[in-house]
Amino acid sequence: MSQHDKDTEERSNGPSQDILGAGHTFSTVTDKISSIVLTRGTSRGWWVGFLIGFALMMMMIYSIMVLLVKGVGIWGINIPVAWGFAIINFVWWIGIGHAGTLISAVLLLLNQPWRTSINRFAEAMTLFAVACAGLYPLLHLGRIYLFYWLTPYPNTMGMWPQFRSALVWDVFAVSTYSLVSLMFWYVGLIPDLATLRDRSTHRVGRTVYGLMAMGWRGSAIHWHRYHTAYLLLAGLATPLVVSVHTIVGFDFATSVIPGWHVTIFPPYFVAGAIYSGFAMVLTLAIPLRAAYGLQDFITDRHLDNMAKVMLATGLMVAYGYAMEVFFGWYSASTYEEYLVRNRAFGPYAPAYWSLILCNVIVPQFLWSRRIRTTPVLLFIIAIIANIGMWLERFVIVVTSLHRDFLPSSWGMYYPTRWDWMLYIGTIGLFLTLLFLFIRFLPVISIFEMRELVEQLDEQADQERLAAAGAASAADGSKH
Amino acid sequence: MHPPVDNSKNLFLDAVSLDTAHGLYGLMAEFVEPHDLLHAAEAAHAKGYRRMDGYSPMPIEGLSEALGFKKSKLPLLVLIGGIIGGIGGYAFQYWVNVIDYPLNIGGRPDHSWPAFIPVTFELTILCASLTAVLGMLAMNGLPMPYHPVFNLPEFSLASQDRFFLCIEARDPLFKLDETQSFMETLGAVKVSSVQW
Repeated sequence: MSQHDKDTEERSNGPSQDILGAGHTFSTVTDKISSIVLTRGTSRGWWVGFLIGFALMMMMIYSIMVLLVKGVGIWGINIPVAWGFAIINFVWWIGIGHAGTLISAVLLLLNQPWRTSINRFAEAMTLFAVACAGLYPLLHLGRIYLFYWLTPYPNTMGMWPQFRSALVWDVFAVSTYSLVSLMFWYVGLIPDLATLRDRSTHRVGRTVYGLMAMGWRGSAIHWHRYHTAYLLLAGLATPLVVSVHTIVGFDFATSVIPGWHVTIFPPYFVAGAIYSGFAMVLTLAIPLRAAYGLQDFITDRHLDNMAKVMLATGLMVAYGYAMEVFFGWYSASTYEEYLVRNRAFGPYAPAYWSLILCNVIVPQFLWSRRIRTTPVLLFIIAIIANIGMWLERFVIVVTSLHRDFLPSSWGMYYPTRWDWMLYIGTIGLFLTLLFLFIRFLPVISIFEMRELVEQLDEQADQERLAAAGAASAADGSKH
Repeated sequence: MHPPVDNSKNLFLDAVSLDTAHGLYGLMAEFVEPHDLLHAAEAAHAKGYRRMDGYSPMPIEGLSEALGFKKSKLPLLVLIGGIIGGIGGYAFQYWVNVIDYPLNIGGRPDHSWPAFIPVTFELTILCASLTAVLGMLAMNGLPMPYHPVFNLPEFSLASQDRFFLCIEARDPLFKLDETQSFMETLGAVKVSSVQW
């Protein structure tokens, strides 16, 4: 048997290529997904996960309180490295958020039916990641009580924000992104909230889901406008998602700091964001589908596809690293050349080489189909990618700042325990929100799963008809 | 005394209907498959009924057209929203930087348009998206906590796995007996009356 035959056989026989388990109807998808919220109750695993997240979130609140009382001096930042963890973590979280919008909007426009079962929690992940990201610039302000100065409002000082500054662009980009993601998520939820309202047997559930569903009754005219609005939102969110990390890239690229002043930053930030976002979706999807038995909905095919996206964007990121080195040499600037050398062989070299290991070498395992469809291995690779992307931001922020033009103003940056507490604390915030979401809202879009059932039914019907037609034609030719 | 209203089919309503004086809202046929609803809607439209609506747990392609719904104005609204956001955003930055508070930054022109593009872009997207969501809700008349169709106990399946067609009593062709017998020919599982 040739390799090609083997491949096609695997594909036709293996259930792993399906995007939905066999035998599902409108009722079964509705039952299965809504039961997680309504009837299955709260499992011990949920409590353990939630309480870990909650405890870490309390640690975050504690470290924020201390920060507000004592000021940003408790962090490791100083001149020359004034950005530190706050910006590293901001960029990391924003990047993670990108997969949600990409899956919901871009894959919707590209008509990829496999997005259906993962878009809801990818969108939720986006919202929570953006919430974590948004904290950092605010806390980094030092005077958080003056955060509203970032917005243009008529004030007694007679001043306006500086619209030529990339940091002001960032304010607009991130707040637009979080609002549009929230609207996209909520609009997607409305029909499912109506389902929960109608299935809930509890008074409180009926009332709360009822209020949130806003009286949705599934009218055909409503669906028509709904569908139009959903597609338009997807069309608007697609350039938005590209713009957000581009503008985050501008924060760096519009400066004159060696290593930041490069034109490749915006596209390479976007690729890195998608890479880390898909890594996070995998990190969450693999345990989720095991815990709630959702293998019929989040199939091996989904994992395979997401791993392929990770591999593709990982290669783009690797290209970005190669270009950074090339620019260092081609610029013929002493400072750029020194930066490349300092990254690879300076005091932060371990971080640089770990990042190359995590983001360039490890993703190459994803060329293997076997690894892409083995959840445990994929989970480990996704975790490594998350770490790698965090290291990337660490290297970009710290190595460029700590030794720039004047050796007399060089310095080292070491994060303090308050940096670490805030960072791990925001992971706690993320987990807390995520566990609440899993418990109280449908993690998979129910109405889109019904659409998928219908679509696959129609496809099967057509295939049966075509097969019958072919069979009768073959019959006819025999006679 | 209540005026005489045919509530015999729906005992549930005696307890909940707010104002039985309005009487009948319409007749509701229940279907199992989406294409049954689609065919029924086409048949009802061909018969001349106009005041009607289909209810389904997911969007069904072609259903709103079969019911006679022409075209949504939403895309046009969204375009207008986006244009307002874009022009407004750019004009505001121009006014701030050139008219209200000109500031010399390294000798660059006050009107340094490339630097104004990111915020203009973001505000275009923001205003267009807000128009899409709020416009969709407003045109659909949501939030609407009460609607007569919810009076039908089976209607809770409209958000799960059943498909409904409702011909409303205000349709000029509506006559209880005739419409009911017509709807029974459409392959419905059940035809029930819906009260206000």
